[in-house]
Amino acid sequence: MANSHSEGTAGDAGIDLSQFYQVFFEEAEENLARMEQQLLGIDIAAADDEELNSIFRCAHSVKGGAATFGFKDVAELTHQMESLLDKLRRHELMPSAPMVDVLLQAGDALREMLSAHQHGRRAGEVDTSDLRANIRAMADGKPALASAAAAPVVRAAGPAVSAPAPVPTTASPMSAPAADAAPAAHPRVLELRVGPLADPNQANSLVELFSEVIDLGRIEPIDGGQAADSMRRFKITTTSSDDDLLDLFTFHVAREQVQLLPFGPGYGWHAGAPGAPLDAAPEPSDVGFGFFDNAPGAPAIAPAASAAAPALMAEPAVARPKAARADSTTASAEATTLRVSVDKVDQLINLVGELVITQAMLAQIGAKVDAGLYQQLAKGLADLDRNTRDLQECVMAIRMIPMSTVFSRFPRMLRDLAAKLGKKVDFVTKGESTELDKGMVEKITDPLTHLVRNSCDHGIESPSERLAKGKSEHGTVTLSASHQGGSIVIEVRDDGKGLSREKLLKKAREKGIEAPDSLTDNEVWNLIFAAGFSTAEVVTDVSGRGVGMDVVIKNITSLGGTVEIDSAEGYGMSVKVRLPLTLAIMDGMSVGVGDEVYILPLASVVESFQVRPDVVKTVGGSGRVVMVRDEYMPVLELEKVFSVPRSELDNAGGIMVVVEAEGGRVALLVDALLGQQQVVVKNLESNYRRVTDVSGATIMGDGRVALILDVGSLVRRSRH
Amino acid sequence: MHSILAVDDSASMRQMVSFTLKNAGYNVVEAVDGQDALEKANTRDFDLVLTDQNMPRMDGLGLTRKLRANPKFKSTPILILTTESSDEMKQAGRGAGATGWLVKPFDPVKLVEVIRKVVR
Repeated sequence: MANSHSEGTAGDAGIDLSQFYQVFFEEAEENLARMEQQLLGIDIAAADDEELNSIFRCAHSVKGGAATFGFKDVAELTHQMESLLDKLRRHELMPSAPMVDVLLQAGDALREMLSAHQHGRRAGEVDTSDLRANIRAMADGKPALASAAAAPVVRAAGPAVSAPAPVPTTASPMSAPAADAAPAAHPRVLELRVGPLADPNQANSLVELFSEVIDLGRIEPIDGGQAADSMRRFKITTTSSDDDLLDLFTFHVAREQVQLLPFGPGYGWHAGAPGAPLDAAPEPSDVGFGFFDNAPGAPAIAPAASAAAPALMAEPAVARPKAARADSTTASAEATTLRVSVDKVDQLINLVGELVITQAMLAQIGAKVDAGLYQQLAKGLADLDRNTRDLQECVMAIRMIPMSTVFSRFPRMLRDLAAKLGKKVDFVTKGESTELDKGMVEKITDPLTHLVRNSCDHGIESPSERLAKGKSEHGTVTLSASHQGGSIVIEVRDDGKGLSREKLLKKAREKGIEAPDSLTDNEVWNLIFAAGFSTAEVVTDVSGRGVGMDVVIKNITSLGGTVEIDSAEGYGMSVKVRLPLTLAIMDGMSVGVGDEVYILPLASVVESFQVRPDVVKTVGGSGRVVMVRDEYMPVLELEKVFSVPRSELDNAGGIMVVVEAEGGRVALLVDALLGQQQVVVKNLESNYRRVTDVSGATIMGDGRVALILDVGSLVRRSRH
Repeated sequence: MHSILAVDDSASMRQMVSFTLKNAGYNVVEAVDGQDALEKANTRDFDLVLTDQNMPRMDGLGLTRKLRANPKFKSTPILILTTESSDEMKQAGRGAGATGWLVKPFDPVKLVEVIRKVVR
């Protein structure tokens, strides 16, 4: 089963197939995702033809590509899946839950294999022999093999060793009752290639095999008994499947020394068909293609290969019944989409960012000239401003992808998780089409995964517990996304047991976290975000090893997001994550301190007001607070935080800007409010180094660099 | 220059076929399924149609029947690509009016070789 890219079927074709691999990988990934989604959604008791057809087509499509591009392991596994799915869509078998399970497992294994091929890994190999045997057993109408229910095993590094030959379970797979194999009783003609062999005569043992095993079919050498390049070639006529044959052959020769190919060149003409060649009769062995006699376009001389029995030809064509296709939208959408690498889009966004800066510079210069004298210039600048903004929006929209790309991974995860925990969980998603920046989507996936897991693991009760409480046996986890202003709000909600105020307070105190009874509910809920806090009574391997929620909040905060918890004990809880739509450009408020300009994320600004020095009070020595509507709030002087040099004392610290983050507020003392604008965020860490209290930098219209403040960090600073 | 209509719902297969045929000096128009192919076939002529069998919306057999019903494509070679190399499939192709079949997987050299037999 060794496989590598060099096995592409075009090794001798002068065309490097590897140039198509990337598209194949992406396409296969899409097909597998679609298949998984459909498998999860299938109603086993009443699966409709269209669903089954569509699932079949996914496996079929992956198989076709894999075979063409030389990923044999992928082709073999998808071939088995296809056989099973084909019987399902033809109603020769009824779908069952174990079938869905095994097909899902196969999907996982395929992802692993594809990922290995994609990253050029050769050493590790996914062993799917059990899985394939299991699917085959199901396709033959037998119950699943118990051992095969295990997930595929990734083998440790090392040279690809041939899989140990599976021991035939019964006497021989070929001696199974004919009824089992009835639908596939057409004899097939195959070319068997064996080699490279040190001793060509070794292959003769295969010839003996055909005389020993009843019903295996016929074998005849087509190389006159002589090996060419240490390879032997045979013609086989058989009704057995490739896998059955290979299983038997591996008793005599190594698995990777055996190749089964369609006998002949793999194409053909229908005699008399329109367009078929006039003279080109393929060699007698050419059964891989054909022309029909007298068919439009067929060559005048019918090739021998197509000389099928006249009786057969006279039969009306029997096409498999096909239900209407439901996924037509997918196909037509594909025709109008363009695949572009993320790098190119990022480059585009960068350039637009630069353009925005240039435009801001021009606007600033333009503001200084007399608009009356230079009307044309003023108009041009106004147009530039508008066009730049439109362009920026368009470009940002390219990076926006629907939340469904994240949501789609959860049904499967929850299904497995619920099964593991013995719970019954329904999963509902809302607002999957809500769009979010690709970079954000990637970063939000892990935290969301954790939240959804938590809901299922800690939130939803066991079915018996739920029934005892008078709830329905099935718990519900709802994942929804919506746009609210310039943010996206993603909510994970469950109807489980909710948070218990008493338990949380008790736990916090055990952990040495200060938790007075006077805390508001919200403050109590926020305790779960404290490092090392876990409320599960039993630590499971699903979620909660005491790390997690604190990491979740850290990740979300680093994205400029906030988290809100709401809970009612006994009824469930909701976690709302609010995120900015993009990381690359944000709305900022610029404030002046001395000669410096700082940017505050507009989303975190609550209010600003002028202060008289006497409302600022000093407490406990150095701490300062300000009273805002009967509430004391810590004050931070940006001047001191960043040690801003000050040449003159006028205007110093006349304005307070209240900002909010991580559930806390702080009043920043600044000299002046300079304005609001969109700023292009430049990463400071990658351009310079990490600086405390600063989340990034931007270039202002006048070319100066301004630091973007990390409000969360400032709030934390004020707490100490 | 001869024009070929290449129909496949798989982007990687389309890309491979298209690249190979263009390399061999043919003009190639791609379609993502039978329906798409039919629409493209209505707007222009082709010297050969190479179609996958199993596709959403309209499969290769369906496309073949529709094309044969159009006088313009009465004698145009139509090749059905299929992973199903069974006689049943081939005969279904014949019944639909296909010119020939080509078993997937095939290599690029084979593809060009087969097409050269009918488009010259």
